[in-house]
Amino acid sequence: MSITIIYTIATLSIIGIFAAVVLYFVSRKFYVYEDPRIDEVEGQLPAANCGGCGYAGCRAFAEACVKASGLDDLNCPVGGNDTMNTVAKILGMESVKKDLRTAFIRCNGTCDHRPKTSQYDGASTCAIAASVYSGESDCQWGCLGYGDCFDSCDFDAIELRSDMGVPKIIDDKCVACGACVDACPKNLIELRKQSPRNRKVVVACMNKDKGGVARKACAVACIGCTKCEKECKFDAITIENNLAFIDADKCKLCRKCVPVCPTGSIIEENFPPRKIKVEEKSELQNS
Amino acid sequence: MLKTFKIGGVHPPENKLTSGNPIEILPLPKTVFIPVAQHIGAPAVPLVKKGDAVKAGQLIAKSSSFVSTNIHSSVSGTVKRVDFQADSSGYPKQGIYVDVQGDEWLEEIDQSKDLVKTFDFDSETIVKKIQEAGIVGLGGATFPTHVKLIPPKGMKAEVLLINGVECEPYLTSDHRLMLEKPDEILIGIQLLMKAMNVEKAVIGIENNKPDAIKLLSEKAKEYKGISVTALKVKYPQGGEKQLIKAVTGKEVPPGGLPIATGAVVNNVGTAFAVYEAIQKNKPLFERVVTITGKNVAKPSNFLVRIGTPTSELLEAAGGMPENTGKIISGGPMMGRALASIDVPVTKGTSGVLLMQKEEAKRDTVLACIRCSRCVSVCPMGLEPYLLMTLSEKQIFDRCESNHIMDCIECGSCSYTCPSDRPLLDYIRFGKGKVGQIIRSRNK
Repeated sequence: MSITIIYTIATLSIIGIFAAVVLYFVSRKFYVYEDPRIDEVEGQLPAANCGGCGYAGCRAFAEACVKASGLDDLNCPVGGNDTMNTVAKILGMESVKKDLRTAFIRCNGTCDHRPKTSQYDGASTCAIAASVYSGESDCQWGCLGYGDCFDSCDFDAIELRSDMGVPKIIDDKCVACGACVDACPKNLIELRKQSPRNRKVVVACMNKDKGGVARKACAVACIGCTKCEKECKFDAITIENNLAFIDADKCKLCRKCVPVCPTGSIIEENFPPRKIKVEEKSELQNS
Repeated sequence: MLKTFKIGGVHPPENKLTSGNPIEILPLPKTVFIPVAQHIGAPAVPLVKKGDAVKAGQLIAKSSSFVSTNIHSSVSGTVKRVDFQADSSGYPKQGIYVDVQGDEWLEEIDQSKDLVKTFDFDSETIVKKIQEAGIVGLGGATFPTHVKLIPPKGMKAEVLLINGVECEPYLTSDHRLMLEKPDEILIGIQLLMKAMNVEKAVIGIENNKPDAIKLLSEKAKEYKGISVTALKVKYPQGGEKQLIKAVTGKEVPPGGLPIATGAVVNNVGTAFAVYEAIQKNKPLFERVVTITGKNVAKPSNFLVRIGTPTSELLEAAGGMPENTGKIISGGPMMGRALASIDVPVTKGTSGVLLMQKEEAKRDTVLACIRCSRCVSVCPMGLEPYLLMTLSEKQIFDRCESNHIMDCIECGSCSYTCPSDRPLLDYIRFGKGKVGQIIRSRNK
């Protein structure tokens, strides 16, 4: 009995040693040099593999960073400037400061603003609904509300709000990876420059129809009246195809365009409440 | 044993409520909206502008490329404006609004009811006249007919198949046309035969229309080379590839054109339109439309001018019943639900179906139970459950390798699924995406 055990151990050990020697030489022969910095850079990345950088995953992005001569065109939107600074330090390159961005859904056509004129009961994804059908309201530009953006988000940054019909981006969680931008068949989602405290003034509408048609379909549609364009002192607002657009890079967040909009399609977010004007205040006191 | 295609197919309840109702002429509407894209291919280019006076039969939009057709005014009156209106999908499409005044036709149109039997045209003239008259496949696919009649280089048509199958439940427009205009259809077939230089034509009719089979078989004796074949009742026999398989026994290769089997298929309605275009100089501006549904007060077959709003049809059929759930343009299997009743009748509208709420309701989608019913009913021999999953997960390369592009969108899979899965919705989506990928690859 004991001899069998000894033989077994001996045989297995000899096979093991032999295999180890072979593997040693094979690994020497076929050794592939890989820059150790790739691993180091990859270690710094968020490992979300979201594809927001434009590469297949974090590893591919790390390889691209190591190969590149400068970091101008490379950016990990999830890690942001902090991650990119560390990456730049590892690679001994100069870091380039990029603006932080947040996604924004340019449609405010919730159920109370946009009356339903028909009913869709096909497969409930936006991609299919948009390919066969313009939507349940008369607005063919607006949000369909079946949540393809919600499904595409890896960061739980989209709130579906099925009772309201239009989802909402949760600013604190959004990393601007751009997955929802590609998922939306109506091209409603824009990555906008982030302002301090996430304040924003945005035209929440993509309706390119003429004013009358747009207004009939949705109470908060942009009718292209150009009032906001005239009000803006910084040339941040442009009107094209009956639709206003506020350029986040030029906008100084003065909020003057918001009250002039006759339909209320320009919305402000994360601002403190407006102060009531002095005259109105005195009137209030008098009464 | 009656002929039919070999694989797949379903047999939904026929519900041909209107097969005994003669074709009536629908009164002219007040305004028509004539879309410039009523066919497969490039939209036509409008030739008229606001305020122009037009007569019925006048060319108002010209075909812009080879695969495109002319559009003619269906009424006489004044052009109100050239504008956009939502089509059945809700997306706006360009078209021409005409305010109807009187009913004046172009002088060259022969308005008499007399049958013109003889003709003396060579094939090129016939094809040219068909192209000018704006004739498209009236079975519903609306493919320009003149394109079909000119085979690609190296291929030759041997037989002309005439589609009198009308396999869609409820619809009876082709059936009524065969009963009421048999001679016109047969002369139209002769014209098509002459245009393609073929000696043989076969009319395929499903066995649920014995009166049409009898009438056409008798009449066809007077016309050389035309015969009638009765086919077993099975959906989708009216599909081009299924009809070729049923009548000739040959199979269209995947991705290939039907002409590869030597057969060209045209609808009976198209044959009638060809007769009118050539023997009567009348371009295609009206067609037979069935309006039907279980609750409709007066289901009928109407001869309707192109561009008439669907609401006019509803009114003529006795108004919209209260529990209407869906209004479908076309048949229940392949038709499209309308987003609004202002959508006009186009060249491809073979019927308008009003479905009751309980009929139209789509049940809750359950999980696939792998029963493989969809596989057994697919007339193209595809695996719908797999194509649906692949489209859902957006794995489009595997969609392509599983021949998603061969799907004819007949809807048999969705019809038969016990879990009420929206198979066709996803397959259609995948097909669209794969089509885009193929086109961009070929660029």
